[in-house]
Amino acid sequence: MTQILSERRPGAYYDSIILMRLQSALAKLPAVMDAGVAMATAANLALLESNDLLPEGATVAPEDLLVVVKADSAAAAEAALSEVDNLLDRRRAGPGSDYRPRSLENAAKMLPEASWVLVSVPGRYAAEVAGRALDQGKHVFLYSDNVVLADEVALKRRARALGLLVMGPDCGTAIVGGVCLGFANRVRRGTIGLVGASGTGLQAVTCKIHRLGAGISHALGTGGRDLGAEVAAVTTLQALELLGRDTETEIVVLISKPPSTTVASQVLAAAQRVGKPVVVEFIGYPPPGRRLGNICFASGLDEAAELAVELAHKGRSDEHCLLDTSSKATPNEGRFVRGLFAGGTLAYEALLGFRTFLQPLYSNISVSNVAADSVHPLTDPTRSVAHTVLDLGEDEYTVGRLHPMMDQDLRLRRLRQEASDPEVGMIVLDVVLGYGAHADPASELAPVIREISAQHSIDVMVLVIGTEDDPQDLEAQVERLQQAGAIVFRESFEMVAAVHRRYHSPAPEEPSVPVSLDGLAAPIAAINIGLETFHEGLLAQEAPVVHVDWRPPAGGNEKLAAILRRLRPQTE
Amino acid sequence: MTLDIEQANQTAVQRMTSARPMLTGVALARDVIPGLREGLLLHAGPPIEWERMSGPLRGAVIGAVLLEGWAEDEASASRLVERGEITFEPCHHHGAVGPMAGVTSPSMAVYVVENSTHGNRAFSNLNEGYGKVLRYGAYAPEVLDKLRWMNTEMAVLLADALDTSDGLDLKALLAEALHMGDEGHNRNKAGSLLYLKLLAPAIARVAKDRVAEEKVLAFLGDNALSVLNPVMAACKAMADAAHGVEGSTLVTAMARNGTDFGIRVSGLGDQWFTELAETPDGLYFSGFSADDANPDIGDSTITETAGIGAFAMAAAPAIVSFVSGTPQDALNATLEMYEITTAEHPSFTIPSLDFRGTPVGIDIRQVVELGLTPRVNTGIAHKEAGIGQVGAGLVRPPIAIFEQALVAFADRYNFS
Repeated sequence: MTQILSERRPGAYYDSIILMRLQSALAKLPAVMDAGVAMATAANLALLESNDLLPEGATVAPEDLLVVVKADSAAAAEAALSEVDNLLDRRRAGPGSDYRPRSLENAAKMLPEASWVLVSVPGRYAAEVAGRALDQGKHVFLYSDNVVLADEVALKRRARALGLLVMGPDCGTAIVGGVCLGFANRVRRGTIGLVGASGTGLQAVTCKIHRLGAGISHALGTGGRDLGAEVAAVTTLQALELLGRDTETEIVVLISKPPSTTVASQVLAAAQRVGKPVVVEFIGYPPPGRRLGNICFASGLDEAAELAVELAHKGRSDEHCLLDTSSKATPNEGRFVRGLFAGGTLAYEALLGFRTFLQPLYSNISVSNVAADSVHPLTDPTRSVAHTVLDLGEDEYTVGRLHPMMDQDLRLRRLRQEASDPEVGMIVLDVVLGYGAHADPASELAPVIREISAQHSIDVMVLVIGTEDDPQDLEAQVERLQQAGAIVFRESFEMVAAVHRRYHSPAPEEPSVPVSLDGLAAPIAAINIGLETFHEGLLAQEAPVVHVDWRPPAGGNEKLAAILRRLRPQTE
Repeated sequence: MTLDIEQANQTAVQRMTSARPMLTGVALARDVIPGLREGLLLHAGPPIEWERMSGPLRGAVIGAVLLEGWAEDEASASRLVERGEITFEPCHHHGAVGPMAGVTSPSMAVYVVENSTHGNRAFSNLNEGYGKVLRYGAYAPEVLDKLRWMNTEMAVLLADALDTSDGLDLKALLAEALHMGDEGHNRNKAGSLLYLKLLAPAIARVAKDRVAEEKVLAFLGDNALSVLNPVMAACKAMADAAHGVEGSTLVTAMARNGTDFGIRVSGLGDQWFTELAETPDGLYFSGFSADDANPDIGDSTITETAGIGAFAMAAAPAIVSFVSGTPQDALNATLEMYEITTAEHPSFTIPSLDFRGTPVGIDIRQVVELGLTPRVNTGIAHKEAGIGQVGAGLVRPPIAIFEQALVAFADRYNFS
């Protein structure tokens, strides 16, 4: 049914051209049949009446603005009236303006569709500029370095709460929706998405992927400190989650300098949740294995690119990197893992694998420098602490007795000792067969395993190294261990992956607002503050961009700048 | 409770832009301007004493003393002033504004502008036209004769004419003039013609003497600045409506006395923040140069305060030569002022910017942060009394006065 609704705005004066434009815009709204917008002068009221647009019984004065909508339902008329303010505010961009705005806020008005702000002002001003970009609801590409760590943490936490990304500080490289921000290469578009705490690492891998014939969906930088303990990978976690949802991205590559241990386990847990194959390259950091579920570990940037391209060619269904993504095993949180190894190298490899997700982790093995922060030395070799991996072949255990590959006495006693510790939930062993080793290790181990798994509900994982031609009869050894309740593995990485499934880290403590996929969608428009070359780069890519003619606040006068900060609306 | 500066500024700018200045009459200053007593002269800009006054202001003071009959000649007028028998106060302290020297004395006729939205009133003297005029410090007998004619014959006719009307809507006039190539400060050609068009029928209605009527109509029509003074009073009425909002950082007055440039801030009461005025940068009439220029002078910066003048430069491409050249420069001049203002004027719009409202509501915080002072379009006065206008151009207030105001604001509201 036809409905005429009107709104009176007392004393609101608008130029007649604005009002005519509003009237025509209202008339084009859905289900609107006609609209009248005029100052309520006698002449205009007569005109509205002759067009059958005069609302009944309206009391108006000549200085009132009268907005009348005729629609085929009351709801449509109300919807149209609620659009009046938006329509009045709508402004087209200035005609071919060469004006360079001085403030981010003004730039945002000039290019409202910009969803990214590139910040490359001197470091001591960068956090404030980035914060104001967040105020404007923009993602931040923060190239500036020398940003105080506490500022980085605060910025990223705020961004996370707002569903925005802060790439950086000291982030030089990103590719978003095919548009290069900062230093980035012209590479083919494709299905491989990257997250990187290393700008040149991202450049090397994207170039290699391009050379191998595949392409990039997005490459998101995070800044070099993102995977440190203080920042706790806020941006990396957001970026992984975002690429997980992004339909263009089928394979994810994560590149970082060595992360802090606690952060690494969080990041790997997030990588698992991506639900797509993830290639992880922690530069110069011994990988915990070849793969953990959907995660493949690369050693080196080139290999990361190769693995990603290989996976991209095989498609997402490939099982190479998707082993056991849906683990049915019960998480074993809260109870510790104890590793009792006879083989030193096997112990070391387990240690490298465990340290990314089992913390705190102790061992009697002295580890190399890169792993030192994640493995604590065991002070008393007779007592395990938290998660512990022991090499029982070390000297402190072999004084006056044979190596545990031959004499299992110590290990059996230690098995019972660990099992009686109520904090222990899992025990990991190795059994090395072959000439020279114990003639029938299962004969001694199986009874103890049966005993402890029955009494203490402890999982026992056994890594068996040997061949079917070994004198101990591999098949029989495995069978007896399994019958005793042990889970048997033939490869170290499989065992690490199985432990990982039970112990992967919980979701990040602070819930984050999901980053909208709109930020990745073309066309990418941006505001640049700082380096002119970034502006030129965007212009060359024909991306809509506004460059801000930025100067230090208050001409660098610190006292005035401090007052200005206090007078600004507080965002925290 | 924390102070919401943004809200205070919204309130202030809303008051400024919703004010509706109506020209309601012409009257003698002593009859309408509050506190204008014998022996008091009002002047442009922030407070100043005789010793620090520049040439044009001194000349205007002498002229006004002679006009009022407080002295017989220049020498005795000077002695009177030097003896301290004349008091000086800013026009702004009395709800008034005046271009250039802005000297207003009790027996001068003034425009009365009423803000029909908020009820406040503002005043401005009548524009004398070009050449030797009091506002540039001239006080020769013919200058004073013209003033006497204006303050009697012309003023009576204008007053009678306005009495027959419901008041003349200066806001509507300005909105229309901006669409006709005016910016309301340096260019008032279109506005002055609109003004004449609106007044002429009323003048014809009340005029008893055809010769006097013709003289007044010609005087108004020949002077492309006729409407400047009512426009300034209108801007003063709009700006005053925004003054005194607790916690607001918006500028509600900018004015120069030929020596100092001063501003007032809505949330900082009647305090002035002043610094030596700069000399405008502009184009000079033939025979004059920057050496002849007086430092910046006049209350006409009330136009920029209210969101027109240089802030509406994009509307006035005809005078782009004052801002160094091209219509694009004129656009950029206005675009720049959006950086330091809180709102876009709902009534004053600019066709070349897609009818975007002019930038309005200067925020001292933005000025200081960006180091970007308001632009001012201005006439340039000769530094010696009585020579007159020597050019026109662009000037900016010293950044220091905005910095002072910011510090004072932080002190006043405990942000220091």
